[in-house]
Amino acid sequence: MAKKRGTGMAAVSYPIGMHLGGDPTGALVHATSGGNFVVAMSSVDLGQGLKTVMAQIAAEALGVPLDTVIIDTGDTDTGPHCSGTGASRTTHRAGNAVIAAAKEARSAMLDVAAEMLEVSAADLETDGKGNIHVAGVEEKSVSVAETVQAGTFQFGKTIAGRGLFLVPKSPQDPETGESDPHSTQAHACTVAEVEVDTESGEVEVLSLKSAYEIGRQINPELVKGQIVGGAWMAIGHTLCETTAPYYPTTEHAPLDFLNYGMTGVAEMPEVECELLEFPSPSGPFGAKGVGEMVANSPIPAIVNAINNALDLDISDIPVTPEVILRALDAQAAGAD
Amino acid sequence: MSEKHKIEAGHAVGQPVTLRELESHVKGQTVYYEDVKVPRMLHLKVHRSSVAHARILDIDTSRAEQSDGVVSVLTYRDVPATKVWTHFEAVGIAPGAEPILALDKVRWKGEPIVAVVAESLKQAEDGAAKVKVTYEKLASVFDVDAALAPGAPNLFDCWPDNHYLFPDDHAAAQIRFGDAEKAFAEADHIVEHVYNTRPIEQAPIETAGCVAVPGSDGRFTLYTNSQSLSNTRNNAAEIAGISPARLHLIGGTAGGGFGGKVDMAIEPMALLAAMKSKRPVKYRFTREDEMTVSSTRAAWRVSIKDGVMQDGRIVARYVTTHQDVGAYLRNSIYGAFKHASHMPGPYTVPNVSADVFCVFTNRTPSAAMRGFGVMPASFAIEMQMDRIAKALRMDPWQLRLKNAFRNGDMKAHRREVWDAALVETIQATARLSGKDLPEDYKQMSSQKRLGS
Repeated sequence: MAKKRGTGMAAVSYPIGMHLGGDPTGALVHATSGGNFVVAMSSVDLGQGLKTVMAQIAAEALGVPLDTVIIDTGDTDTGPHCSGTGASRTTHRAGNAVIAAAKEARSAMLDVAAEMLEVSAADLETDGKGNIHVAGVEEKSVSVAETVQAGTFQFGKTIAGRGLFLVPKSPQDPETGESDPHSTQAHACTVAEVEVDTESGEVEVLSLKSAYEIGRQINPELVKGQIVGGAWMAIGHTLCETTAPYYPTTEHAPLDFLNYGMTGVAEMPEVECELLEFPSPSGPFGAKGVGEMVANSPIPAIVNAINNALDLDISDIPVTPEVILRALDAQAAGAD
Repeated sequence: MSEKHKIEAGHAVGQPVTLRELESHVKGQTVYYEDVKVPRMLHLKVHRSSVAHARILDIDTSRAEQSDGVVSVLTYRDVPATKVWTHFEAVGIAPGAEPILALDKVRWKGEPIVAVVAESLKQAEDGAAKVKVTYEKLASVFDVDAALAPGAPNLFDCWPDNHYLFPDDHAAAQIRFGDAEKAFAEADHIVEHVYNTRPIEQAPIETAGCVAVPGSDGRFTLYTNSQSLSNTRNNAAEIAGISPARLHLIGGTAGGGFGGKVDMAIEPMALLAAMKSKRPVKYRFTREDEMTVSSTRAAWRVSIKDGVMQDGRIVARYVTTHQDVGAYLRNSIYGAFKHASHMPGPYTVPNVSADVFCVFTNRTPSAAMRGFGVMPASFAIEMQMDRIAKALRMDPWQLRLKNAFRNGDMKAHRREVWDAALVETIQATARLSGKDLPEDYKQMSSQKRLGS
């Protein structure tokens, strides 16, 4: 028995948003008389943290505390159109819609505050802690909560805003493929280190080290969560997962998680990453997207590492122990 | 982290804020669509094709209708309007060809034929098992090459060669940029290889499902874990032959998706059953359904031929890709276009040609999954980059840095790159992993191409 180690790398770019555009998403923001700002949407949080990220974007654009922002999403009657959670699009598309809605609501809020303070709205700033004050004169201030109350009960003004972000649909030329397919691209590079047991054919991924460039990070913790989760999914794709183990035959198709090989927690290596921030001019606060790409670069990096460890030429996934053992047998037969 | 690539955080943006539902997720207190309790709810089970390819001679639902607890039984006759999935037809890229419930033919083992609605799930399952379908079996094909071969069993009259026809009757989604043939003739090396991926299940922990509830106002409320509420609403309405204004979708919190909840498999069926039964109906994929009948990621076969100069520059790249879409198109051409447009990857190659075919086989239909079209492209390209490096005895890092796209470079889809950062990303990964690059490679930048 021998355990052999190898390293491999891969670099990728990832296009953000629905291919060729045409995927609108909207948001509506209003201040409640209870002191919150509600963002109405019909976007879907799949667990990645859409509600948290949208709240951060709204709070930043409104200039109000994060805990006063409520994301009310997932209702096609109360929320405007959303083209769905997919194509790494929601931070970019919904984020831009939320900014537009929040800017309009902020403008309405500052108009009311300006009347209360008897100054021009253009001279007002928010501190992000719940106060509005005259630029350079912090003591001349009014709270956001007081402003919303005054808007409702004193001035009869709605503090609300609308946002809809649309990248217009562009066709793809059938002959040349000429098109304007995406709004911005994110980038990644991964180095994988593996150890292969040449007797059992099992691969252990020892480490994944990556750099990601995803524009500005709205939430570094959730970005890290996507990176680790994506690495996990990628390891499964690379080493075990398929619904057709003997493709193209349909035999031995798994019916459940017992027979559908997926990487477990114990098989997860340390995932190290560094984030570079090149703000995208098209993105909300410069953000691009991180949803799909995180399951991309680790796959070829791991297969390149396996080939490096064993001096093999495997070019199909998944690389199951059976694939490795058969390749090693062929390698040995070729050497004879 | 290198400070020049990090932006200062705002009061909310850029802050490592804890996931808002973290505690409720961990404690199992988050409300998902299945937690909504509605009175008098029925359950739906689909009777599916037991064969991969056959003409349907007869559908006998009489025993199912008499089965204990069965309230209604739906066949293709109960699909009032569009009898086929609409999917991305709404945005103009795919003709509908997939029946909601099979009419005269089945094209894969697992194709829906009859929906049985009953008081309990067990009664629905028992009823569905009593449906009797008489088939005239047809030869089936599971292999892309076999499907494309002359005389292969044909799945669709409208696609006689078993592949989708793109606009202007092109056999493939195409990229044509520069003159690849001329560049191949002038290249120092030709490096070519074939890379394969297999079908994969998205495997969200929460399986796809929906509860359709008739309202007293003539509207229907659909509680669902769809990844795309607005599009699902519009598609379900079109299939049911009603205005989307009569549908109210509630969701927004799903237990994973990864592309597995963008199909229109669930909601239209639940809606049609609720319309016919005049009671709430729940339709939920079991794990076995997810594994066997929900759309997979396609098997992709990516063949790459590169013309490479001795110094490592890739001067031509020709890509031929076969996407095994399975028995129905669903949104596969979206993946094909995206795959084509992604070529030649994040590298500047002056001559690129790509043909991406959507091939029909009698497999479970494939559709979207995380990295639709792009993941198989990235996989094949990055395997190929190592192959080129090996052929040239060149450092794979240097090969990638040399060819990485820079701002101002022209992509094969004829748009200039303006937001490149691949060079810096590779350099950062080198630092992180202890890879020492030569000084001139450390000085490279996405802003300009040194020495050119």
